Amino acid sequence: MAERSFSNEVKKLRVGSGETFHGEGILAVTKALLQSGVSYVGGYQGAPISHLMDVLADAQDILEELDIHFEASASEASAAAMLAASVNYPLRGAVTWKSTVGTNVASDALASVASSGVKGGCLVIVGEDYGEGSSIMQERTHPFAMKSQMWLLDPRPNLESITEMVERGFELSEASNTPVMLELRIRACHVHGSFVAKDNIQPTFKLRDAMENPERDCSRVVLPPSNFVHEVEKIEQRWPAAIEYLKQAQLNEMLGGSGGRVGFIVQGGLYNTLIRALELLGLSNSFGDTPLPIYCLNVTYPMIDDEVIEFCQDKEAVLMIEEGQPEYIEQAINTILKNADLPCKVVGKSIFPRAGEYTGKVLQDGVKAFLQENDPNRLPAKHSKSASLKKATIPVKTVSPTVPARPSGFCTGCPERPVFSAMKLVQKEIGKFHVSCDIGCHLFSILPPFDIGNTTMGYGLGWAGSSALQADSRQRTVSVMGDGGFWHNGLTSGVGNAVFNRNDNVLVIVDNGYSAATGGQDLLSSTATNARRNTNNPIARAVKGLGVKWLKEVNTYDISRMKRVLTDAMTTKVKGPKVIVAQSECMLNRQRREKPLRRKAIQAGQRVVRSRFGVDEDTCTGDHACIRLSGCPSLTLKDNPDPLREDPVAHVNNDCVGCGVCGGNAHAAVLCPSFYRADLVYNPNRWDLWWQRLRGRVIGYLQQRRDRQRARYAFD
Amino acid sequence: MASDQHLKIAISALGGQGGGVLAGWIVELGQLCGYIAQSTSVPGVAQRTGATVYYIELFPEKRAEAAGKAPVLALMPVPGDVDIVLASEVMEAGRALERGIVTDRTTLIASTHRVYAIGEKIKMGDGRQDPADVLEAATAAAKKVLLADMDACAAASGSIISSVLFGALAGSGALPFERAQFEQVIRNLGRAVESNLAGFAAGFEAVSETDVQASAAGDAADADDSAAASFSAAQAAKAAPAVRPLVERLLADIPAPAQEMAYTGLKKVVDHTDPRYGRLYLERLTRFVSLDQSQESELVTAVARYLALAMAFEDTIRVADLKTRASRFARFRKDVVAEPEQIVQVYEYMHPRVEEFCDLMPPIAARAVLRSTWARRALGLVLGKGRRIPTTTLRGYLPLYALSSLKFWRRFTFKYQQENQRIEKWLTLIADTAGKDAALAAEIAGLQRLIKGYGDTHARGLGNYHRLLELLQQVETQPDPALAMRSLKLAALEDEEGAALQRAIEALTPVPKAA
Repeated sequence: MAERSFSNEVKKLRVGSGETFHGEGILAVTKALLQSGVSYVGGYQGAPISHLMDVLADAQDILEELDIHFEASASEASAAAMLAASVNYPLRGAVTWKSTVGTNVASDALASVASSGVKGGCLVIVGEDYGEGSSIMQERTHPFAMKSQMWLLDPRPNLESITEMVERGFELSEASNTPVMLELRIRACHVHGSFVAKDNIQPTFKLRDAMENPERDCSRVVLPPSNFVHEVEKIEQRWPAAIEYLKQAQLNEMLGGSGGRVGFIVQGGLYNTLIRALELLGLSNSFGDTPLPIYCLNVTYPMIDDEVIEFCQDKEAVLMIEEGQPEYIEQAINTILKNADLPCKVVGKSIFPRAGEYTGKVLQDGVKAFLQENDPNRLPAKHSKSASLKKATIPVKTVSPTVPARPSGFCTGCPERPVFSAMKLVQKEIGKFHVSCDIGCHLFSILPPFDIGNTTMGYGLGWAGSSALQADSRQRTVSVMGDGGFWHNGLTSGVGNAVFNRNDNVLVIVDNGYSAATGGQDLLSSTATNARRNTNNPIARAVKGLGVKWLKEVNTYDISRMKRVLTDAMTTKVKGPKVIVAQSECMLNRQRREKPLRRKAIQAGQRVVRSRFGVDEDTCTGDHACIRLSGCPSLTLKDNPDPLREDPVAHVNNDCVGCGVCGGNAHAAVLCPSFYRADLVYNPNRWDLWWQRLRGRVIGYLQQRRDRQRARYAFD
Repeated sequence: MASDQHLKIAISALGGQGGGVLAGWIVELGQLCGYIAQSTSVPGVAQRTGATVYYIELFPEKRAEAAGKAPVLALMPVPGDVDIVLASEVMEAGRALERGIVTDRTTLIASTHRVYAIGEKIKMGDGRQDPADVLEAATAAAKKVLLADMDACAAASGSIISSVLFGALAGSGALPFERAQFEQVIRNLGRAVESNLAGFAAGFEAVSETDVQASAAGDAADADDSAAASFSAAQAAKAAPAVRPLVERLLADIPAPAQEMAYTGLKKVVDHTDPRYGRLYLERLTRFVSLDQSQESELVTAVARYLALAMAFEDTIRVADLKTRASRFARFRKDVVAEPEQIVQVYEYMHPRVEEFCDLMPPIAARAVLRSTWARRALGLVLGKGRRIPTTTLRGYLPLYALSSLKFWRRFTFKYQQENQRIEKWLTLIADTAGKDAALAAEIAGLQRLIKGYGDTHARGLGNYHRLLELLQQVETQPDPALAMRSLKLAALEDEEGAALQRAIEALTPVPKAA
């Protein structure tokens, strides 16, 4: 079950025509899909579109009513390949993933479907994970659209525009027989707003109609000679058809005023930020009423030459506001203007930073600089160049040395932490080794306090990422892979590859039962029962099935055993690939499941024992070795109660979930006698009470005796 | 506040603190009060304990109606354009300042509690950052600053920090809405209504009652009170007859500025073994009185502190003693937030090794065992494994109690001999140095700070201690020897691998060649 439940929110998907829908961007997209009459939806979770998958999973009843097939795809490639259904049949379909990483994975199928061309409308919804909050390499989806010739929509970030663009996207796709990509930036995915809804539509041509009346058209298969024909089709038929539709539907908008020497061309997704920048410069009101002309590209590929020429022909300069690099749109506009022999100057990356997110501040500075240079009379006096130069900078004392960096890390009680605690301890014994990382929460190992891991090559590619390091060596390599990455492709790219190539190194598969980093979705190997998916397929069985002989399963919380098994894998004389499946349920999910049950049981008067850990401040000497081996958020510091000591003591706060890693580390690393586990008994039974009385009497007597002895030496 | 203003609110929080819940409440509140509400966030991996920002814009519906258009709302805070910043931790307020979103139009509402970042926690010494700079900069930058320990408010009201912040937002008066409207939002959403309302009330009162400066200053004063033990000459009268002569002797022999530290040290040493051991402490300490010419008795104070720590070394007897005390039983109940009368069973994570066992033997026997592989192996059959000792049961308590009764035997143990030999050498070194450079001597005393922990940790600390003492000759040739020694000590506390220490050693001025 996913980290976040949308079971309440999905009710909003039933909202009918004329009613106002309030909610998150991603939920609105889902609603727009239903309004567009899709037949199938697929995708792979990952921020910022995880919630789209979670919403769909929770909306199964509604999807069934509308005869929509929803698949939680094995990977983005699986999802993209689903679009094949729209090649032969008039079926509308949508797929979604995190971009660019997901688009990389999907590219093979995407290129094929774009070559074949589609009969039914196809929408690829990509969450553009760029800028603040992103967890991946900073790249653009734009060139994927260009290289395969798919159209790219980048709507203004309000729910009205986004949902409108979903519906128009299908029409565009069908009008031009081309798959269409809809790009949503991180904040747009999570924006909470509203739009006026329409009724949901059931597709008239059903999936079963296609299955029962299969159609075949050899010219749609990517194989000579059709593949050559496809390329010509793209240029001669699909492109012009798209341009014609776009012109007629006016998906790009001419906003703001008209006339004047300058104008702005902006990606739709950046429109709101531009308006705010203009507002702060005194050039717009809150409604986007500005005298400056704006050409808003809700479609960033293809460019519509006529519209560009019309916008630029009476202007001396335009400011191109295009986030990310390379600046494909700016280059395209330059080409268009050059071909049309227009003198209008295009200013873009010469003013704006070449890399990084275009925040409000960036746009404000860029717009100001552009106007100061090209149309200074537009700017209110206080923003003029001379005023900017004169304005004394007020020295503000920076607090940056004080504010500590706060990178993401493993959650309280995370079962992945002990894997890396054990690895750190093994490195102390057998020396450092090369660690190839994967994608998932376990990648937090590269940060303090673990500082473990050399590279990460992509989801499921942990083991493949170390496959070149295969030589007669005194030290083996360790690769890490999560259960998510394993099922995504690591099974073949990592394990199969290692078996086939007689790899002699070690793989640790972190099996926490969920695709945890993307929001706790179920996987093939999840142990939860899921009414709609086939779970409970153990990773170990798959690994064995591929021919791995050296295979160990370890409970991650058993650090001493984890350490032993890892040492064994690294030092054994046995040749061949070695796989350790490190298992324990994701604590976030486990707490979400168990906490309410426990609360209920306690309220019902049942005997419940809750464990948590503590540090004895009397015996803690304030070295923090325990923290360097754990990094648990609930293992923190507090002032040393001993006035003689200067360093703070370790302290376990009340967020502790009792996973036992700190105690396990204290044992495995022979740390100190300060850690203790406290079992709190709720609703004790008679036996508990009887023992408690006895213990209380004996221990109480001895303690009083000792207190009396100590009183003889008391100072106050 | 004008009721038709376009409002911009940023929440600077840590993943997992419920910033999303708070943003959701503010959106609901806006909608309830006739505003168009938009919120955004960048959850992603930041949800996993990292720093993150939520951003909300509220736009009066009537203005949109009058214009006949929808407003264009921004998706991220722009410096100089934010009305309210809510920070769920004091350093996150600092991060908001760094982002430039706290300006002279901003009401900053922040919790003063600290959630230490991993970089602060992993230091072997004290890596904690002082938020004083942040509070000062915030007061200078913001229109209004409202501070309270919202974590404490949340704990006291059995709630979560987001409801306390929501209450503080209501109490700040920065939004043109009534308290009842805020509370209505919590009720409408119908989740954990009672506790959320309790947290809300706590937050509301925390910011509406206290004066900002006063509360910040008050916190600081509280901290001082708890840190310093109060001491006066009248202490002697309070002491039990068995230790009174020690206190009297302390008052007679130790200069006034060092008395408080010596008293605290004496207490610790007597508690560790017995008054006789306390007498030894005073004898050792008194030796430095004549060597210390300073007004504030800095050397004597330093020796008083570190000598007590050195003499009160951790052995198994000490650990058993501390673990079995009544005061400790009361403390762990408090630490784990047990309800009154609730049964709490405690399991200690202990790992007695052959070394710790030998520590308790007479020196000759201990050395013999440590030398003999056979004996080590035999003992290893029983020792050297991690154990969970159930201190709250008789099976666990009685053996620990028995062990703690061995204080009388401590003087005959290997550990006692080793520690006290080291202490004697160290004291001689301090005394010898004091004649030349009292400040450096105090720093040598301070090296005791490196020796802490048990097992490998203890061995590493002791290793660093010896390493720095070996460098003493070179340190003495530095322009400021005391400062050099101090820097070396702090470098040794920087990281486990000794990288910082190595750099610090390399940075020392080389010893000038003998002429």
